[in-house]
Amino acid sequence: MTSLPANPPERRLGLVIDLDTCVGCQACVVNCKEWNTGGYPAPLSDLDPYAAEPSGAWLNRVHTFEAGDGAAGRTVHFPKSCLHCENAACVTVCPTGASYKRAEDGIVLVDETMCMGCGLCAWACPYGAREMDVLGGVMKKCTLCIDRIYNEHLPEEEREPACVATCPARARHFGDLADPESGVVKLVAERGGMDLMPERGYKPTNKYLPPRPRRNRTGTTGAPAALEAAAAEGGFLGWLDRALSR
Amino acid sequence: MERADRPQGTWEDMTGTGEKGATAGSGARVDTSPVVSDEVKYSTCYMCACRCGIKVHLKDGAIRYIQGNRNHPVNKGVLCAKGSAGIMQHYSPARLTKPLKRVGERGAAEFQEIEWDEALDIAADWLGAIRESDPRKLAFFTGRDQSQALTGWWASQFGTPNYAAHGGFCSVNMAAGGLYTIGGSFWEFGEPDWELSRYFLMFGMAEDHDSNPIKLGLARLKERGAKFVSVNPVRTGYSAIADEWIGITPGTDGLFVLALVHELLRAGKVDLDYLVRTTNASWLVIENPDGADDGLFARDDHGDPLCWDAEAEAPANALAAGVTPALKGRVTLPDGRSAVPSFQLLAERYLDPRYAPETVAEETGVSADTIKRIAAELAHAAFEQEVVLQRPWTDWAGRRHETMVGRPVAMHAMRGISAHSNGFHTCRALHVLQVLLGSIDTPGGYRYKPPFPKPVPPTNRPAGHAQDVEAGQPLPGPPLGFPLAPEDLLVEADGTPRRIDKAFSWEAPLAAHGMMHMVITNAWKGDPYPIDTLFLYMANMAWNSAMNTADTMSMLSDKDPDTGEYRIPRIIYSDAYFSETVAYADLVLPDTTYLERWDCISLLDRPISEAHGPADAIRQPVVQPDRDVRPFQDVLIALGARLGLPGLTNGDGGPKYPGGYPDYLVNHERLPGIGPLAGWRGTEGEHEGRGAPNPNQLNKYIENQCFWQHELEPEQRYYKHVNQAYLDFAVEMGFISTRAPITLQLYSEVLQKFRLAARGHGAARPPERDRKRVETYFDPLPIWYRPFEDEVNDEAEYPLHAVTQRPMAMYHSWGSQNAWLRQIHGFNKLFVSSALAEEQGLENDDWVWITSRHNRVKAQIRRMEGVNSRTVWTWNAIGKRAGAWNLAADAPEATKGFLLNHLIDELLPARDGGYRYACSDPVTGQAAWYDLRVRIEKAAETEAGETEPRFPAVVPPPGLAAPPKTLRYGAGFRKRTGDGR
Repeated sequence: MTSLPANPPERRLGLVIDLDTCVGCQACVVNCKEWNTGGYPAPLSDLDPYAAEPSGAWLNRVHTFEAGDGAAGRTVHFPKSCLHCENAACVTVCPTGASYKRAEDGIVLVDETMCMGCGLCAWACPYGAREMDVLGGVMKKCTLCIDRIYNEHLPEEEREPACVATCPARARHFGDLADPESGVVKLVAERGGMDLMPERGYKPTNKYLPPRPRRNRTGTTGAPAALEAAAAEGGFLGWLDRALSR
Repeated sequence: MERADRPQGTWEDMTGTGEKGATAGSGARVDTSPVVSDEVKYSTCYMCACRCGIKVHLKDGAIRYIQGNRNHPVNKGVLCAKGSAGIMQHYSPARLTKPLKRVGERGAAEFQEIEWDEALDIAADWLGAIRESDPRKLAFFTGRDQSQALTGWWASQFGTPNYAAHGGFCSVNMAAGGLYTIGGSFWEFGEPDWELSRYFLMFGMAEDHDSNPIKLGLARLKERGAKFVSVNPVRTGYSAIADEWIGITPGTDGLFVLALVHELLRAGKVDLDYLVRTTNASWLVIENPDGADDGLFARDDHGDPLCWDAEAEAPANALAAGVTPALKGRVTLPDGRSAVPSFQLLAERYLDPRYAPETVAEETGVSADTIKRIAAELAHAAFEQEVVLQRPWTDWAGRRHETMVGRPVAMHAMRGISAHSNGFHTCRALHVLQVLLGSIDTPGGYRYKPPFPKPVPPTNRPAGHAQDVEAGQPLPGPPLGFPLAPEDLLVEADGTPRRIDKAFSWEAPLAAHGMMHMVITNAWKGDPYPIDTLFLYMANMAWNSAMNTADTMSMLSDKDPDTGEYRIPRIIYSDAYFSETVAYADLVLPDTTYLERWDCISLLDRPISEAHGPADAIRQPVVQPDRDVRPFQDVLIALGARLGLPGLTNGDGGPKYPGGYPDYLVNHERLPGIGPLAGWRGTEGEHEGRGAPNPNQLNKYIENQCFWQHELEPEQRYYKHVNQAYLDFAVEMGFISTRAPITLQLYSEVLQKFRLAARGHGAARPPERDRKRVETYFDPLPIWYRPFEDEVNDEAEYPLHAVTQRPMAMYHSWGSQNAWLRQIHGFNKLFVSSALAEEQGLENDDWVWITSRHNRVKAQIRRMEGVNSRTVWTWNAIGKRAGAWNLAADAPEATKGFLLNHLIDELLPARDGGYRYACSDPVTGQAAWYDLRVRIEKAAETEAGETEPRFPAVVPPPGLAAPPKTLRYGAGFRKRTGDGR
């Protein structure tokens, strides 16, 4: 078994994901794959890539489902990667010490030199966020792009996770969720950001912003339910009688 | 579990103390600051048609990472799934490797590798003989070609009118509907004012056009609290995040829009000042039933349109500043003719109860209350939330205005409404709605992207009349254009089409993008005449780009039993990949990937501008090809020189552009001073738009991250069609030829001229067969009619509509060879509403037969809530022919993936007289993919398991290695990081 940091990390780096604007385009999914297959967890292997049953290790996936019936329901696109929990069960279950949570920023990582690919962490993770790299025989997971966010070889504005930088719907935000002054904390407060399955007590760092209320009924935009006819007095096109100048 | 062998040296190196690791604290375990790349090169993406700026990282000569360019006008740093998978596209095992000559039968994909010299000799031999006899016997059609400014010009230099790209089966209705109404349209022509719009209405499937800018825009709208309404039979993608999803019945968008117009007119909620100043609402239309001038505008001696000046109570020049035009009232002109302002005709038509919400509710599947509410919301946004910018500007007449007033309602539409046989009028209806609200190019509305607006319609006419085509000679103009009158059609004296695809004939008069979907059928039939060589580029016509795919494949390989010769004698094909169409080529010219070549995203072609300024871009070779392939544009230029085409040779007969495409990009001038690229012209790069060729131009682009953009002055950014400062700029840049204001055409006199011809007026008249059709569909005001397949099918027999949606992670057929993207969309299912599934007793994954009047396809279903209950749908272009794209023959794309294309007949059933019209819009010839009607039935248990129809697997040609069984892309980069320590 592996220990979590003795004290909660001072910084809690994580993602805030906006379910109101995520269109399920998979940009974050593929850009994550692209960065990371050549980055810290390289490679993210693929099996059968051109044949009958292609599969591979992806550190971020988008699930699409529908909630509610008929036209009243919603189609929800739900991106999911490691949530970097404060009580990371994947760490405490690890028999070798390969899985660990960094004391300085809360990022949960796998040290592959110590990973024996037993898969216990994947079993322990309540969110299904771990990915076995079958070819490598080791577990892989979201690193919050640890080789980008501190990388002095990148321009400062690019030091953010690949999924955040690439998101065309600007639905992904990165920051320190322990810092009350950070943009992500403000965003969570403003939009009612939520934990996934808080009742389970894993205290995930990542937050989800719920869809904004839909304005699809009378009274939600300031407009009346229907327009009044304008021609009552002036007859056909009576409203057209004012002088116009080109 | 059994542990796989670890690859050599991929992580042991990572265990040391990273020297940069100190930043993160526990650097003992992680190198947080590895060197990312050896080199960064900028270029332009080609994973779809969006053309985003990319920043490509190279390491050890291989591609490490592709990201969006933050400074680029299109994508502002973001990059979609397709663009992010560029590495796998570039290294695809389906890449062709060498020129190929067919040695087996067509379709068998039996080829012999040949050298480029031989390939070019063969092509020059075939094409040279055609050019010296009848240039029309070359049919040159390109697909998702981003170099149409070159390919179209090449065709005219060759002398054949038989040229088009894929616009005719993509979105010509959208383009033509807009260009004939407002001188612009959506996507490349204009965009919503994302920063100021309060209300955004999107119609139909638009996920691919465009891709990243719309996503960026939707996020911005939502952040600002604007309302987003999506009108689409299917609730996926963009529709999923709309405030309101309207699951309309396919093909009825036009009726819905005209019902909104009805409501706005009924309430007087239209912008009268805008109409009077920028549209032809006041222009007088002659009412002279049976006369040759009926429905035309009354004009003065100079040909200028007349209005009725309400103050002077006399006719006046409608273009003059300061007149006080009437928008209603029938008048008698001094010459005794009766006339009425076009606006009155418009109002009379749409105020009719047949456009009332209650009347259209059933047909559209949208409740009357919803239609009324949406109309009220549009009016509320436009008139109660008007945007006023304190920004002085000067109009075309020199009058200064202190503010810019905007109607913050914006709209967008693409293929969803375009790909119906009523799409042209629907697109026009949409623009009419925007115009009535006064939102075109006003703050918060729809905004033109320069070089648009253009005159309505643009001024180029198609070449290809009898006198235009001569052996050994170029055409006098471009093969595509915008007819203004029946005289502009490309027909013989008896009305027979002159083009092989029948574009610009009475069957499809305004076919501004050609009719690529008809080329193979017509060439096979020899209707209107046989051709010699079909030359295709990047057009997968033997699969997902054809209607009636199975028969199309047969036509490509069909022989005349009398002669034993192929009915389409020769086929040349250029593609970078082993697509389904390769198997049908006699000669294959292998293209490079998008990261291996020069390219140009030109203002002469399909621009990438933004509303606040024109832009263009280049691609530069980021890596060198490792195969014996050549960029198609280089090949075309070389071939043109061999053929002695005038624009491609010097006086001495030598090649004019010996340096190939980059040489052409810099030195070609379409008009003096105007070339493919607008940036850094002039010998020192001192000019924009117009200027002498600059030998250093490409370097200037590279220094500027491969794009050029000009920012308009604030006063030029709105009302561009009537804005003096903008119009002056546009003339200087060569976008338009005169400073005259551009008047929006609510009422289309161009359409009326065709209708008059159908009524027997004028010299150019349709043959009897086409008269009724032209008269009906060339209505000068937008009409709505049921899609043709609705008319020809028995509703009871084929009760369902069937459409496709474009997955945001795939572009046409290209994505399936991509090891990453195919893990996201490896095969498709037929999505069926839960209500319909209940009705038919269908569960998820059941196999069903989808049957149209033409064919049937077997597929698995998936139940869904967010879909119009009389509509079934699937993802576009996921199904593949077994073996194509170098995928295993049992890949799910081939065993389970399917195309709806098999169900679509490219011809409508025979009408009186036996003639079969194309399954197309009668105005533009746009392929009506989305008209499809089907029924579904559960397949027998014994039939479950595989899709049908299936075709024999093709075997990849020589040079394509068997694809790898596993991929560990990037392992090497990690190793090298370690080596450095």
